[in-house]
Amino acid sequence: MNLKGKHLIDPNDFTLEELDQIFKVAQDMEKHPKKYSEICKSKILATLFYEPSTRTRLSFESAMLRMGGNILGFADATTSSVSKGESVADTVRVVSGYADIIVMRHPKEGAPLLSSEYSSVPVINGGDGGHQHPTQTLTDLLTIKNLKGKIDDNKVALCGDLKYGRTVHSLIKTLARYKNMSFYLVSPPQLKLPTYIKEFVKNEYNAEIFETSYLEEVINEVDILYMTRIQRERFFNEEDYLKLKNSYILTRDKIKDAKEDMLIMHPLPRVNEIDYSVDDDKRAVYFKQAQYGVYVRMSLMAHLLGVV
Amino acid sequence: MLTVNSIKRGIVIDHIESGNGLKIFEKLKLADVEFPVVLLMNVPSEKLGKKDIIKIQDEIDLDLTMLGLIDPNITINIIEDDKIIEKKKVELPKKVKGLFKCDNPRCISNSDNYAVPTFTLVDKEKVKYKCSYCDDFTYL
Repeated sequence: MNLKGKHLIDPNDFTLEELDQIFKVAQDMEKHPKKYSEICKSKILATLFYEPSTRTRLSFESAMLRMGGNILGFADATTSSVSKGESVADTVRVVSGYADIIVMRHPKEGAPLLSSEYSSVPVINGGDGGHQHPTQTLTDLLTIKNLKGKIDDNKVALCGDLKYGRTVHSLIKTLARYKNMSFYLVSPPQLKLPTYIKEFVKNEYNAEIFETSYLEEVINEVDILYMTRIQRERFFNEEDYLKLKNSYILTRDKIKDAKEDMLIMHPLPRVNEIDYSVDDDKRAVYFKQAQYGVYVRMSLMAHLLGVV
Repeated sequence: MLTVNSIKRGIVIDHIESGNGLKIFEKLKLADVEFPVVLLMNVPSEKLGKKDIIKIQDEIDLDLTMLGLIDPNITINIIEDDKIIEKKKVELPKKVKGLFKCDNPRCISNSDNYAVPTFTLVDKEKVKYKCSYCDDFTYL
């Protein structure tokens, strides 16, 4: 299995075996960090973040630094040539001469794919608009694998902004490839999962999907509860955001009858959709999840660079 | 009854759904040519009730993909010596590049000239195409 030189734009760019290989190395990286501390010694990661993202960017930077590599890039489109109207294709053609691997976050959907068509080094999609967020998906899958022991045979509730929530889009498309998965989509009617994703998951993988607006209907049934933030930045209209922002607030009381081994996950940052009182519950794994993100990104980059 | 002479040599685009004739006329830029062309609109038709017909008295290159997108039910007759020597059918193209825009305002193809999306036909009945960049659907 050789992933050297490949891009990661959509989590479905990789086979399940390739994903499994990335997880195995990530698990080993967590256990034996020293073994991997210099494998990227002469390598440079370029972080091209056209919209702000503290966690994803820092997670990538931490991952590269933990492997002995270096980083360069920008964290805001206003400080890059995009403010002069440069195409991402041109930016990437230049940057691929400066760096060995690129991670791009972009508000426009499909921008990382466009970049991969013009880059001479691997491009990783660090999130494109409301479309995809494949490295968050790798993080989520590694979390499930580590804490549940397996990814197959799980009932998963996805709750919140399923319309613009790219983490959910990537996650459901990938989870559907595993055996015996059922999905409970919990959202306000205005923020339902886009039809193209539902059709894809049903037609390609025969996955079971149930839709509801009420979390209470499903919370005691599921093995994984994946909460998401209602994202202010995806709304064209502030009034629409204000109407929906408090749709789901998870409290200790709401999870009292939920399964003992349920995982409460969240891609972070949260605003108010998970009450702080839930943080102490052993089922709340979102901070652990963020930590796994570093190892899985280390493993991903090491594979694409061909150093493991 | 309005009569139009048959053509000796050229192309007749027949069975155009009434109303689409003008779109095809414009797309083929027939208003700019110097040879005779005729656009007949609302001609009685057994099959369609009424239809449009375009007669072109010359040979021109036709973009069958584009014609298929406008009206997949048209027939193209190639005429030589007053006779139809070839009939061509068009159909909705399975892949289309650059002939229309993605409906998704967040798609990179609507803001970056380098991004020319390839659309894949996913539903013939609804004329639904999937964008290669954002995966979203565009209906024609």
